[in-house]
Amino acid sequence: MTTPPTVPANESSAAIAASGADRDRRAVYQARGITKIYHMGEVDVHALRGVDLDLYEGEFVVLLGPSGSGKSTLLNILGGLDVPTEGTVNYRGRDLMKDDDALLTGYRRDHVGFVFQFYNLIPSLTARENVALVTEIARDPMKPEAALQLVNMDHRLDHFPAQLSGGEQQRVAIARAISKRPDVLLCDEPTGALDINTGIVVLEAIERVNRELGTTTAVITHNAAIAEMADRVISVADGRISSVRRTAHKLPPQELRW
Amino acid sequence: MKAIDRKLVRDAIHMWGQLLAICAVIACGVATFVMSLSALEALRTTQATYYDQYRFADAFVGLKRAPNSLEPRLAEIPGVAHVQTRVVRDVTLDLPDLDEPAAGRLISIPENGEISLNALHLRSGRYIELGRDDEVLASEGFADAHHLHPGDKVTAIINGRRKDLRIVGTALSPEYVYTIRWGALVPDDKRFGVFWMGRRALAAAFNMEGAFNDVTVDLAPGADEQEVVERLDDLVRPYGGLGAHGRRDQISNRFLSDEIRQLQRMGTIIPSIFLSVAAFLLNVVLSRIIALQRDQIAALKAFGYSNLAVGMHYLKLVLVVAFVGVILGSCVGYWLGLRITEMYTRFYKFPMLYFAIPPKVALMALGASSLAAIAGTINVIRRAVNLPQAEAMRPEPPAAYRPTLLERIGLAEWFTQPSRMVLRHIERRPLKAFLSAFGMALAVAILMLGRFTADSLDYLLDAQFMLSQRQDMSVNFLEPTSMSGFHDLQHVVGAMYVEPRRMVPVRLRNGHLQRRTMIQGVIDNPQLNHLVDENLDAIPLPKEGIVLNSKLAELLEVKTGDTVSVEVLEGSRAVREVPVTGLATEFLGTFCYMNFQAINRLLGEGDSLTEAYLKVDDNRLDELYRRLKEAPRVASVTIKKTSIRSFRETVMENMLQMQFFNVMFACVIAFGVVYNTARIALSERGRELASLRVLGLTRGEISFILLGELAVLTLVALPLGIGMGWLLVRVVCMFLDTEMYRIPFVVAPATYGFSASVVIVAAILSGLVVRRRLDHLDLIAVLKTRE
Repeated sequence: MTTPPTVPANESSAAIAASGADRDRRAVYQARGITKIYHMGEVDVHALRGVDLDLYEGEFVVLLGPSGSGKSTLLNILGGLDVPTEGTVNYRGRDLMKDDDALLTGYRRDHVGFVFQFYNLIPSLTARENVALVTEIARDPMKPEAALQLVNMDHRLDHFPAQLSGGEQQRVAIARAISKRPDVLLCDEPTGALDINTGIVVLEAIERVNRELGTTTAVITHNAAIAEMADRVISVADGRISSVRRTAHKLPPQELRW
Repeated sequence: MKAIDRKLVRDAIHMWGQLLAICAVIACGVATFVMSLSALEALRTTQATYYDQYRFADAFVGLKRAPNSLEPRLAEIPGVAHVQTRVVRDVTLDLPDLDEPAAGRLISIPENGEISLNALHLRSGRYIELGRDDEVLASEGFADAHHLHPGDKVTAIINGRRKDLRIVGTALSPEYVYTIRWGALVPDDKRFGVFWMGRRALAAAFNMEGAFNDVTVDLAPGADEQEVVERLDDLVRPYGGLGAHGRRDQISNRFLSDEIRQLQRMGTIIPSIFLSVAAFLLNVVLSRIIALQRDQIAALKAFGYSNLAVGMHYLKLVLVVAFVGVILGSCVGYWLGLRITEMYTRFYKFPMLYFAIPPKVALMALGASSLAAIAGTINVIRRAVNLPQAEAMRPEPPAAYRPTLLERIGLAEWFTQPSRMVLRHIERRPLKAFLSAFGMALAVAILMLGRFTADSLDYLLDAQFMLSQRQDMSVNFLEPTSMSGFHDLQHVVGAMYVEPRRMVPVRLRNGHLQRRTMIQGVIDNPQLNHLVDENLDAIPLPKEGIVLNSKLAELLEVKTGDTVSVEVLEGSRAVREVPVTGLATEFLGTFCYMNFQAINRLLGEGDSLTEAYLKVDDNRLDELYRRLKEAPRVASVTIKKTSIRSFRETVMENMLQMQFFNVMFACVIAFGVVYNTARIALSERGRELASLRVLGLTRGEISFILLGELAVLTLVALPLGIGMGWLLVRVVCMFLDTEMYRIPFVVAPATYGFSASVVIVAAILSGLVVRRRLDHLDLIAVLKTRE
């Protein structure tokens, strides 16, 4: 038997009580007491140990932490890909914990855009078709070409993933994620597999989407440099939120260095 | 086209080799199905139409002689719609192109051409003319075999006098679709012909004026056949009735119906096996495809594609493969069905042929294939869509390997590093390895299934004609003959040894079960006719009682020690209870045996014979045949070599033709299975092997790892497949067991060798294909992409 982990009050409140300015904005996500335990054979792995988290409309948040800190698990739970062992996740007043698989599928389809570290493009579809894969099932999508233009990929519409560089593939993946005009954009290590120059181009695309479309954006990274472009930086360590920091001066991606 | 469907098409194009192999397997199953069932349907429809249009009778009875005045009484039997009385006589024919005598059957027809039952279909020439006593219509098969045409003559020995019969036309009759003499094992158009002759002329020749010796009737709708048969029997018994019977015991109809039944079984069991293999293959291939696409599935689901949508996506792939297979298979099956049916019409004589793929068959093929495909994959698809997304998104965890059993028990140093990789890989996923081996084993099994019929038929011929019946020829007498006929034969030039036999038509009964057959009376210590048990060891024929062949015993549900009621269907029509004193193994017909003296006692006659088995001096055959032609009592001669040839040309050729197609299909399936196994191994391990190349291993070394695995799987598959094939053959033998003939369970070493060789060759060729791909592995790409 595992006992529920206790959460230090100060850490928990750090996440919620970010600043006075945040309280005035509408929360997109309100997560409380999120615990996730994976049973791996005879061992229980505590990926999350009681996390409280709010994400606000239109903001650009970076979840910073070393690998294994639980940030991916947190993102998957917010995106409806995974369910916590304990706790609640509230999306715009909707309790995601009450949703069954079909409702969660609909939630992802209508509200969430995902960007993965390894792009997860369908190798047998061209850039345009990869985007169309999503626009075809979305309620109010943009044209695939428009989405690709937004990430400056409109010159390689008919290329297959194998014909694109890593950065280009990731930009297609971003186009695919935002083409449905999602309410939130969840990016899991979007630059993890890329060099700095390519990474910056990708981050520019994400930043542009956040700025121009006002899409609430959460980026997971272990790269502290990236945190400088966020409105807020939430540090995760060992399954807990260790600190929340509001960035005084957001840097444009071009000025990031790592 | 939707993007997700475009993905499907591209995935399919990418895996075209593997998918084509599965299509081919399904197509083979469908082709055998369509081939058998369309041939079946053609035979059935043709049979039914022919019987109907040419008014094939429902009940039959032969008798010694009855006055025409009996006919109205027969017509009064309740349930009888029409009666047709005839004069039917067997005669000996003397044909210039045949050394030995042949048998002819003369059947009367009305001179006015109004045949009420068993109407004739005129194939050439014209109908007989009134008032000409030598005009006959000849059965087409006989005429063709002797190149006889209207205008030609044949010589018949009628009551000891030679009479020329002028053929004015050739004809077919629903009574002789399969033209075979009662008691013969195979049809022989060269030595048995049917002739239709004017009633008046025929009656005059045999002193049958104002009388008849054969009755056929057809039944009113709803009449009870059994009851009519019994009444008919009662009425003709005083006139030397030979036992009435329905269509079931009409010999031509029985063979045809047996063939149809066998075709039906064949058309069900073989395609079922082939389609099961296809389902299995789809399962294996699809589960590997899905394993390789798990991140794509996860991505689709992350974008909001529902489980159903993702499931349908893969199901569509399966159904497209099945559909293409069905179309392909139906076309091939249609063509083969037509060929098989045409071949049937070479020894089943029909005036017409209805061949088409009934929509029912095409739909059933589509339904069965789709079902097999879905059944084979539904689990894989369900598992794939139920994979938790977050988990599917992550690459599969590194596989947990450990030293193999062989290494753990201390044989480690015997293996090189690559050999260890091969063995550990197999041992890590034993089920997966087993399934791959199982697939190849199935290929071995169906190859055996496809090929064993020739082995069985060789064995059957050997058992029937070398072990049991050791005569060179048999001489049939027109009527039961006293022993003087036997003594005469003994002294004929060229006859080295003669053994008398007494054939008696009987009806055997056990309770409500009954069968018409022939008792064969065999002398003590016969030299030319051995009874054998299931191991083909000779068994004695007891002096008393009756020995049944095991098929007959099975039909009558009797065993050694029981008694059966024997009703003699000639002469006195005696009925006796006779104990069953033994069972003999025979693969053809449903016969039974009694001691020669015992059967004559049962008949209440002195010793008489109807047939003699001869050993002859090959150098004096001409002389022997000449004498036999002259002998007045001799009806016909059956030469064993000819029977064997005839069996080979009819039953065997047909089965072998079917077998040829099945072997062809089995080869396709074998290649399909093995090729897929190899390709799957490549797709699963390509990355690992490319990494090894990066580390400096040569192409040969990495090929060894992959092909070594294929070789080990093949080695496991061979014995497994032989065991499975053995079982399949056993089951099919049981299914193909008919009254006409049984397929002995025999698989020759050559068949084992052939089946194993095909799979080995398939493995080598697939290995070469895979090897070519290994030579072109993209090493850079491997380093860039993730697992």
